[in-house]
Amino acid sequence: MINDKNTQKLVDVIQNWARKHSIWVLAYGTGCGAIEIPPTMTSRYDAERLGVRGAATPRQADVLLITGYLTTKTLKRVIRVYEQMQDPKYVIGFGSCTINGGMYYDSYNTIKVLDKYLPVDVYINGCMPRPEAVLAGFGKLQELIAAGKADGAKKYKENLDWYRENQKRIIPNWVMPDYNW
Amino acid sequence: MELILNILGAIATVILAFVVGMTYGGIVRKITARVQNRKGPPWYQNFIDAYKLYSKSTAIHHGWMHRMGPAFLMVTSVVTLMFIPVLNDGGWFENLTFKGDLIFLLYLMVLGALGMALGAGQTGNPNSAIGVTRGLSQMVGFEIPWVMALVALMIQYKTTSITGLMEVQQESGTWLMFSSPFAFIAAVLAMLGMFRYSPFDIVGAPSELASGPVSENGGKYLFTMMSSGSIYAFVKLTLYVDLFMGGADNLIILVVKTFTLYMIPVLYGIVSPRYRTEQAVKFFWGWPLFFGLLAILYAVIF
Repeated sequence: MINDKNTQKLVDVIQNWARKHSIWVLAYGTGCGAIEIPPTMTSRYDAERLGVRGAATPRQADVLLITGYLTTKTLKRVIRVYEQMQDPKYVIGFGSCTINGGMYYDSYNTIKVLDKYLPVDVYINGCMPRPEAVLAGFGKLQELIAAGKADGAKKYKENLDWYRENQKRIIPNWVMPDYNW
Repeated sequence: MELILNILGAIATVILAFVVGMTYGGIVRKITARVQNRKGPPWYQNFIDAYKLYSKSTAIHHGWMHRMGPAFLMVTSVVTLMFIPVLNDGGWFENLTFKGDLIFLLYLMVLGALGMALGAGQTGNPNSAIGVTRGLSQMVGFEIPWVMALVALMIQYKTTSITGLMEVQQESGTWLMFSSPFAFIAAVLAMLGMFRYSPFDIVGAPSELASGPVSENGGKYLFTMMSSGSIYAFVKLTLYVDLFMGGADNLIILVVKTFTLYMIPVLYGIVSPRYRTEQAVKFFWGWPLFFGLLAILYAVIF
């Protein structure tokens, strides 16, 4: 009965509902975007009412929030943080810089398209996106989770070679531990 | 037959403690949110968080002691729960009520924290190590007034058993918080540290220590810690109600009394910033210690 398809479906629905309503965010404040997180969390916009709250370490987090541009130097740390997170995990790209480089489109030391290096589930557009936009982004992520479509981590595992190739092109001295998830 | 009933009673006690503790946690989050002029999460948010944590994968392994840390916490919470009388007449929740005493309980109550300290030590995370040293220093702080309050009770009523103290209250008709007030004050001040709300949340300190001893634990480890923390909160509150507030005749009275008591550290915490470690220890070795000494004097003289 436990291996029954319908039972599994029911379990998935309940699990996705719980995951949807309990999103612990690890805000990786790389760029200027970090300044939009405090108003999102505090009394004016109060993200906690949606179940969104901060997590202190990657081990406890569900969502990696990349707030702004990533320099070639911080990319390594972000990858390491992402790989330490426990499944199921999601990535939100925050601001124009993560989509196409934004105002850093011709910079020599920032990466332009985050999706080449980490699997992004939801992008939040804007420079800067206001807290309303951030909440809308979380709402979109909740929809995806409920529908079971937020499977960035799965894609990352399936296409690990492609991601590694891109990452190693940016990071020449690749000294990283292997994680077996 | 009696054995089966006892086992069922024990399971019912654990479930009760879990549900009440988790609900209190959720209500505390709601109250905190309202004080900060927010809407706040629903009261059942902690249950959702716990279920989500349980359903996460846990591919972290730092060695056996790390795995044992959360288990230590859980075992301590449940065993302590078994030794504490939940209701005055026992009833369904009789458990091991009549076989333990306060001195044994004092030893038992620190076991979980020590196991957790060893487990956090093995992760090798510097934040965990700092959190552990902070937690143990704080424990040295609040254990002293707490033990003094209990010793005062033992001297005054010439018994070390919890049920003995509860019988004293039922016979005389006054709660111990009125008949030995200084012990109650010392114990309540020690409770502020025991519950680790602000200003004594120096162990977890998310902004400086990345949640301290917990920092390498996610998924099911965190679920175990969260649920054992909820059970332990219920245990401590019930112990206080048993010792100082005359126990409870039924579950509704128990919930009212424990919740009232719980609001002391919570409401004090909401309006307080965080202490540094030495400030926290200094606090406990100041007025709480004074009231503890006063309680012992009071017990000896009267």
